[in-house]
Amino acid sequence: MTAPTLVDFDDVVARFDPTLGLEVHVELSTNTKMFCGCPTEFGAEPNTQVCPTCLGLPGSLPVVNRTAVESAMRIGLALNCSIAPWGRFARKNYFYPDMPKNFQTSQYDEPIAVDGWLDVELDDGSTVRVGIERAHMEEDTGKSLHVGGATGRIHGAEYSLLDYNRAGVPLIEIVTKMIPGTGDRAPEVARAYVTQLRELVKSLGVSDVRMDQGSMRCDVNLSLSPKASGELGTRTETKNVNSLRSVERAVRYEMTRQAGVLDAGGEIVQETRHFEEQSGSTRAGRRKETSEDYRYFPEPDLVPIAPSPEWVEELRGTLPELPWERRRRIQAEWGVSDEEIRDLVNAGALDLVEATVAAGAPSGEARSWWVSYLSQQANTREQELTDLPITPEQVARVIALVGEGELTNKMGRQVVDGVLDGEGEPDQVVEKRGLKVVSDEGALITAVDEALASQPDVAEKIRGGKIQAAGAIVGAVMKATGGQADAKRVRELVVERCSAE
Amino acid sequence: MSTDLTRLTAAELAGKIHAKEISAVEAARAHLDRIAAVDGGENGVHAFLHVAGESAIASAELVDAGIAAGTGPASSLAGVPLALKDVFTTRDMPTTCGSKILEGWQPPYDATVTARLRAAGVTILGKTNMDEFAMGSSTEHSAYGVTRNPWDRSRVPGGSGGGSAASLAAFEAPLAIGTDTGGSIRQPAAFTGTVGVKPTYGGVSRYGLVACASSLDQAGPCARTVLDAALLHEVIGGHDPLDSTSIDAPVPSVVAAARRGAEGDLSGLKVGVVRELGGEGYEPGVRTAYDASLRRLEKLGADLVEVSCPHFEYAMAAYYLILPSEVSSNLARFDAMRYGMRSTVSSGGGVASAEEVMAATREAGFGPEVKRRIILGTYALSSGYYDAYYGQAQKIRTLISRDFEAAFTQADVLVSPTTPTVPFPIGDKIDDPLAMYLNDLATIPTNLAGTAGMSVPSGLSDGLPTGLQIMAPALGEALMYRVGAAFEAARDADDGGPLIARVPEVAP
Amino acid sequence: MSADSPADPTGGVISRDEVAHLARLSRLAVTDAELDVFAGQLDVILSSVARVGEVAAEDIPPTSHAVPLQNVFRADERRPGLDQEQALSGAPASEDGRFRVPRILGEEQ
Ligand SMILES: [Zn+2]
Repeated sequence: MTAPTLVDFDDVVARFDPTLGLEVHVELSTNTKMFCGCPTEFGAEPNTQVCPTCLGLPGSLPVVNRTAVESAMRIGLALNCSIAPWGRFARKNYFYPDMPKNFQTSQYDEPIAVDGWLDVELDDGSTVRVGIERAHMEEDTGKSLHVGGATGRIHGAEYSLLDYNRAGVPLIEIVTKMIPGTGDRAPEVARAYVTQLRELVKSLGVSDVRMDQGSMRCDVNLSLSPKASGELGTRTETKNVNSLRSVERAVRYEMTRQAGVLDAGGEIVQETRHFEEQSGSTRAGRRKETSEDYRYFPEPDLVPIAPSPEWVEELRGTLPELPWERRRRIQAEWGVSDEEIRDLVNAGALDLVEATVAAGAPSGEARSWWVSYLSQQANTREQELTDLPITPEQVARVIALVGEGELTNKMGRQVVDGVLDGEGEPDQVVEKRGLKVVSDEGALITAVDEALASQPDVAEKIRGGKIQAAGAIVGAVMKATGGQADAKRVRELVVERCSAE
Repeated sequence: MSTDLTRLTAAELAGKIHAKEISAVEAARAHLDRIAAVDGGENGVHAFLHVAGESAIASAELVDAGIAAGTGPASSLAGVPLALKDVFTTRDMPTTCGSKILEGWQPPYDATVTARLRAAGVTILGKTNMDEFAMGSSTEHSAYGVTRNPWDRSRVPGGSGGGSAASLAAFEAPLAIGTDTGGSIRQPAAFTGTVGVKPTYGGVSRYGLVACASSLDQAGPCARTVLDAALLHEVIGGHDPLDSTSIDAPVPSVVAAARRGAEGDLSGLKVGVVRELGGEGYEPGVRTAYDASLRRLEKLGADLVEVSCPHFEYAMAAYYLILPSEVSSNLARFDAMRYGMRSTVSSGGGVASAEEVMAATREAGFGPEVKRRIILGTYALSSGYYDAYYGQAQKIRTLISRDFEAAFTQADVLVSPTTPTVPFPIGDKIDDPLAMYLNDLATIPTNLAGTAGMSVPSGLSDGLPTGLQIMAPALGEALMYRVGAAFEAARDADDGGPLIARVPEVAP
Repeated sequence: MSADSPADPTGGVISRDEVAHLARLSRLAVTDAELDVFAGQLDVILSSVARVGEVAAEDIPPTSHAVPLQNVFRADERRPGLDQEQALSGAPASEDGRFRVPRILGEEQ
């Protein structure tokens, strides 16, 4: 096969209009699978999260997970879709060893959510409205491991090994309407859409949307039509686009590839292509001998789903603030710049800071603790910030102790260390580690007097009005109290004692 | 032992076991001995594919221990032996569905029906023969050989549940479980002079019932008397959260209804005679028995009204589109990857692919009737034909339900002959699928509508049994059992004993 | 009869080639002899079931389920399933806790 001729991107957009379409699969993080009571966690030993139903054993039957249905409806509502008042699951029939029943149970025909939109914000602040055709429920397949031949590749393998832990995990497929008119921004729009969709789904708490673990997967549909021709080109569907960056690259590559084919007088074949992460290119999948006919028919083992208007409204009431609106509100409340809020988001600290503020801390201190000291600790421990064993409430308590002068900043950090090391609540750490600012005035005055007496020349200078000389006395007092005194108060006392004499 | 325990009804056996007159183990042994005597051999009944002697005795021992300890029987049928159709999963016995493709498969889980039988202390004797994946009306489509009709061992016992029905008529078990997709409980009941009930769709859990056609399949009780069927119905029926199509309502009080029916009074009850069933296409002997049955119902005080169900004549056509469609999808899972048989394939010197192994295994593992229906269903669901075939069949299904609804405004229950013919000779229809399909002419409408139906023995035609079908609306089983029990009592009184007593002795 | 009526006025409803194609779709490696028999039998059966087309049913809603239930759900709670040994107990072949199957052609769906 000869390498495709790629046309320069600027040249492509000068002569062609791209039309985008995106299909995103989101794996729900429900406790159990779509149709059975097996766990959905990633990474378990093979075939240990299975039962007769998700293994497709003869006689087994599916029962729909209510939480999965509610998650699907909440995703639909967050995408401004209408919820279908009645719908059935269907069977999509095709043989494939990773699919235990050799049919996939899917709402393809009668999706639970239809006709919505998502406003996607681009880097320059402009907005593109992406139409949502539908969001529907289905089930994931098992995973295959190909042995022999090229490592892990299906081609040339001698045999395959199957693990059905993932089979039956609930999937929501979100399909956009065709997105025309994005021109040279098509790659950016595609990426921004997936980014924002990811954030939205995450904010609903229905999926961990980890593209690296496959809990969010994207297929990119793309076609080109000659400018002002008014006709829609033939589209290709690129699968395996499994990072945000890849989404952008896949769109860009298909645009340049398709333009090359068209320029050479060729025709675009409607086909499934696969994205190659390493080269950033796409390659054609195996051509099927016969066009696939999935012979959909209503799933007789499941009864229709008919969400009442009350149920829909109840779920609408559970929708959180949209993540980007929330960011805008927080930015205004805290008075921070675009850059600062972006840093917080990138550091994965926004939720933590907000929770810390909610627990009573000033936003400045909350941000500073999470972005600097706690981020450092996360780095050292090779943990995600969110996984650190300290709660926003505990951080807020440390901030309060420092603010009230009970602790110095340095002591505050020690308390945080104690909490991270499992020594208990901040107040317990203070107690156990004996971290208290010395605030007993009597003891302090004695210490100050002793320091003045041991450095009579310095004391003389202070009495003579040279207040800046007090530093040496303060230093001596701090040393004597093991650093536990409040330096500011010590300075006041030094000046007081000298003028009083 | 003075009485032959295998000749007792389930109710009688249970009474004796619970009264400690006999033990559950004795009951189990008597039936296991009977099976050993009549089931095997060249001309044996061959009702069983698997006999679970040890576990049957162990289960019976538990029942006896419970009774001895004074904890009482687990249910009204504790200790009573039963034959289970080999289409229900059982952890301790193979489950083959009469197919080579599942030869030796031992499921890692119990069907809900199996679990309920165990919980009720019923002694499961073994698994019974059936047409492969419940497709057939003669048990000739079993991969493990035909079951013989105890009334005439050169004839079929009906199907698909021929094994369950024959086990009753051969006194190998007083109770059996069947499944009815288009008549697979009722037609064999009629052919063997026994009682078979297809409950309302959703009345008995399908969890662990290996699917033939999911929207039509229904498990139900088989017995030699209406009361026994009712007792079993109450043990296996009722809501199951593992089956989404299971009805969340109490099981109809069929035992009380059967007892009331046995008092022999049906006055005030309207019995609808379905005009479209019982005339053309029904053997003269069957029609004679049917006419006598109608007169008997009248004598019991029932008002006979003629009802018309004009769309029933399309039921068979609709059924043979819907059923194969669902079959083609349900049986796709038998692909040699996870369980069951796997054929070895030579692939021109190279390594055979999964696709090739699937196709070779399915070819070798399925019998011709299964293959025919898979191909037919694949065709009916294809995009170009869906509307004309599957879609249209589903509309006819609606019309048939409406016919039932209209009929049930005129009558409390409906009746018809269960089958158009008496049991036919083995081999007679095996090469003519369409002729075989006609067996279920009268039983199919009930499956399409999801309503209830039963077959009770109505008489003999040239020494071969015939059945009366009684049909009731969804969840209307109580009335159906009442009519069935009244009919049975009157028939026994007229004949001077139960019909089943006239089955020729199967020489061991 | 409507335009998409399945009945072919020339006689046969289904050809031998069509049966062969359907068998491939159904993953049935049928023999030539079987094809001959099935094609004839299926033609007879299809001609018979094509009767469904005689009923005028444009306005009739199709019935997919025989029971008038809807919204049957289960709580999102775990139920004990099978352990690895049970899961693989019926497998024709297994390796490292996985089902071992012949090489798979083509791409994942
Ligand atoms: Zn499961």
